Amino acid sequence: MFTEEHKLFRTGLRDFLDREVMPNIDQWEEEQRMPKDLWPKFGEMGYFGLNYPEKYGGIDADFMYSVIFMEEISKCESGGFMILPAVQQYMASPYINKHGSEFLKEKYLTKVISGEWIACIGISEPGAGSDVANIQTKAIKDGDHYVVNGSKTFITNGIYGDFVVAVVKTDPEMGAAGVSLLIIDLNSEGITKNKLKKLGWHASDTAELHFDNVKVPVENIVGDEGQGFYYLMGGLQTERLVGAIAGYASCEWALEYTLQYMSERQAFGRSINRFQVLRHRMAQLISEVEANKQFVLHCARQHEAGEYIVKECSMAKLLSSELAEKVMTQCLQSFGGYGFMEDYKMARAYRDCRVGTIGGGSSEIMREIIAKMVIDDTSYQRAGSVSSAPKAKPVEAKKTETNSNTNDKKPVMSFEAIESAIKEKAAIAKPLGNTLKFNFGEQNVMLDGLGDANVVTVNDATEAQCTVDVTMEDLTAMLAGDLNPMNAFMAGKIKVKGDMSVAMKLGTIMG
Amino acid sequence: MSYFTEEHNQFRQSLRDFLQREVVTNVDEWEKVGNPPRDIWKKFGDMGYFSLRFPEKYGGLNLDFFYDVILLEELSKINSAGTSAAIGAHTYLSLSHLNNEGSEEQKEKYLKPGIAGELFGCLAISEPFGGSDVASMRTTAVKEGNEWVINGSKTFITNGVLSDYLIISAKTEPELKQAGISMFVIDRNTAGLSATKLDKLGWRASDTAEIAFDEMRVPANALLGEENQGFYYIMQQFALERMTLAIGGVAGSEYALEYGLNYMREREAFGRPLTKFQELRHRIAQLAAEIEMQKQFVYHLCKRFTGGDYIVKEAAMAKLLATQLSDKVTFEVVQFLGGYGYMEDYQASRMWRDSRLGQIGGGTSEIMKEIIAKMAIDEVKY
Repeated sequence: MFTEEHKLFRTGLRDFLDREVMPNIDQWEEEQRMPKDLWPKFGEMGYFGLNYPEKYGGIDADFMYSVIFMEEISKCESGGFMILPAVQQYMASPYINKHGSEFLKEKYLTKVISGEWIACIGISEPGAGSDVANIQTKAIKDGDHYVVNGSKTFITNGIYGDFVVAVVKTDPEMGAAGVSLLIIDLNSEGITKNKLKKLGWHASDTAELHFDNVKVPVENIVGDEGQGFYYLMGGLQTERLVGAIAGYASCEWALEYTLQYMSERQAFGRSINRFQVLRHRMAQLISEVEANKQFVLHCARQHEAGEYIVKECSMAKLLSSELAEKVMTQCLQSFGGYGFMEDYKMARAYRDCRVGTIGGGSSEIMREIIAKMVIDDTSYQRAGSVSSAPKAKPVEAKKTETNSNTNDKKPVMSFEAIESAIKEKAAIAKPLGNTLKFNFGEQNVMLDGLGDANVVTVNDATEAQCTVDVTMEDLTAMLAGDLNPMNAFMAGKIKVKGDMSVAMKLGTIMG
Repeated sequence: MSYFTEEHNQFRQSLRDFLQREVVTNVDEWEKVGNPPRDIWKKFGDMGYFSLRFPEKYGGLNLDFFYDVILLEELSKINSAGTSAAIGAHTYLSLSHLNNEGSEEQKEKYLKPGIAGELFGCLAISEPFGGSDVASMRTTAVKEGNEWVINGSKTFITNGVLSDYLIISAKTEPELKQAGISMFVIDRNTAGLSATKLDKLGWRASDTAEIAFDEMRVPANALLGEENQGFYYIMQQFALERMTLAIGGVAGSEYALEYGLNYMREREAFGRPLTKFQELRHRIAQLAAEIEMQKQFVYHLCKRFTGGDYIVKEAAMAKLLATQLSDKVTFEVVQFLGGYGYMEDYQASRMWRDSRLGQIGGGTSEIMKEIIAKMAIDEVKY
């Protein structure tokens, strides 16, 4: 899995970290910030451009180099240190690389890779975190710039960073379809920053940012307006995978650190690693960490192979961060009173791991995603095979009845009603430029937007550039605006075959 | 990214059809009777399911280990761990030892018909006063002329009452402790051999025996492999046994969760299906995540195992975690079914009681942790 080159890279990286980082960690934790001149050293070594194109200064290596990078920076006895490079390379700048214009790549991505500039990602707000569709920060176009108003919070690198990739509403009337990504320079006029005090991660700065009529040039929009939500959904998989790597790697560090202590510490005449209860506890943890690591590495290989593994990334992040809590708690216990003292590193590891089950989507959000994919996806597949499953029909009918009685949800539309509703929407919407088919199993509605207008036909046998498998129930909800198409996709309620970019336009039709 | 080829998948499909036809429809009956019928061995043999990893010379197919992974996974989805155990003890315990240590003559006599399903066997190591603590084994084998005279007893032996032959361990040099253990292959009809069926919490479709050897005389050529090498042989086969239990633990968990989910989709409470309650959804999500992780860990190890790696520590880890997980999942599935979970009309109750042996058989969880601790703590160099 790791080649000779990978191993050499790890050795070089470890030397670098031991020289440039480890001797200073305690001081940075104390001062609650890291020196700015540290990061160009990372840049020079290529550590910020591992998976980025050479054109912008990157080294265009495979993702396993990033796995090594994350593993090693997670073993530097400071979660606060770890998170800055992680945000810089895996959470903020990937959006520029993937969706940004040439101008943005030249201006920002090259500086990220060289370490001259520090990036942040601004998603959470005081009133909305994972519920991205409900963010309130507005960016209203006014000539050659946007005017930004609102606030962001829990922004890592927000105080000493140089720019933020901010999630804003360019069309506040719309839900998720009005979300865009906008690069805002942090020295812009109208920005106030408030450094937040935190339970852990002391070496890193975390900010609350306020935007008061901040003017941002229009060319700072990342990709297309209104596409931010979809970009985020893609990017968050990387963020979660990286979080999962940090989780198991910090556990590995803690186990090693604790075993070392246990071999030295004496009690009742023998070293405490001779006590069976402690040995078994460590054996259990070592096993769980190993299993977790192999799972995350499996996900990393799938990610490297270009697979879109929403469920697996969520599982990995959930399990890895929860395991870290367990490992840190039990390792600290092995240190007795010394575990509570700052002279040993367990106290810091214990408080630093606490954010793992919160940041990047809480454990509860991870379970929401997994539940939707594991539970509802399967139920969708069952609905698709109605003809071969006679039992399913009465259940479906009953469900509809219950819905109309107890919920304010609309009853499922008939095929004819769906057809006319899509026709209505298609007539208003801009021509798609593609062909798109909604497939309900036995029946389908085809939308041909190649010409000047969107032409709607039913039960068309020709293949569309993109086919969306969906139940009538879910499509009803989408047409009524109760179900966001991208949420439905994330939840596995709809299945997309063919050109994914066409499916991205679903919002246009449903809007 | 898959460990399974198109051939593997086809194999799985035909195996599923076979199990559905020959096994699943009958397991309720076998659970009542207490063992599968004699002809099931032949049916498995005819289909080649005992041939998978063995050399062609003895009727084997010389296939990679992932065919066994499939066999073990599918056997864990018939909802009768007793039946799976009866099949598994024959091929993964008795045949493995014959293949590994047997003489040419023994292979012809036992391995070949064993692979064909004409004979089936068991492995008898545990004793009333010593399980994983193999060194304290009390059964002895003393050489008298051209014969071995064996005295002692064995217990918790799957297929111990009904099998045609038995692979047993005995001390040939008791003063050498574990270094004085040897293995033997014994015919069922040997004078001095008796077996009593044990009643148990689960695994009800397999026979589990206490076996006594009273001045049992076997010919010199009953010795399996070399004299006093038994402990080494047993240890060698443990990694495989533990991997089979890990694979079964994960697959059983997967099956149980799927079963629970299907029930929850149909079952309504307070006007909606159980799958719509957030608290239950999150519990399912947690279990699904843990199962997926464990599955990938076990597959990763199977891959290494196939490559010939000697994965003692990892096999112990996988066995420990997968059987713990299976207890957790089956416990939860009974809970998801409420009162029905406790009734024999539904399958959850059997899943739960059958799972319980996972943490005990093949070395307890405590023994697994002893092994892991020894390898991870004591070998750490400071």
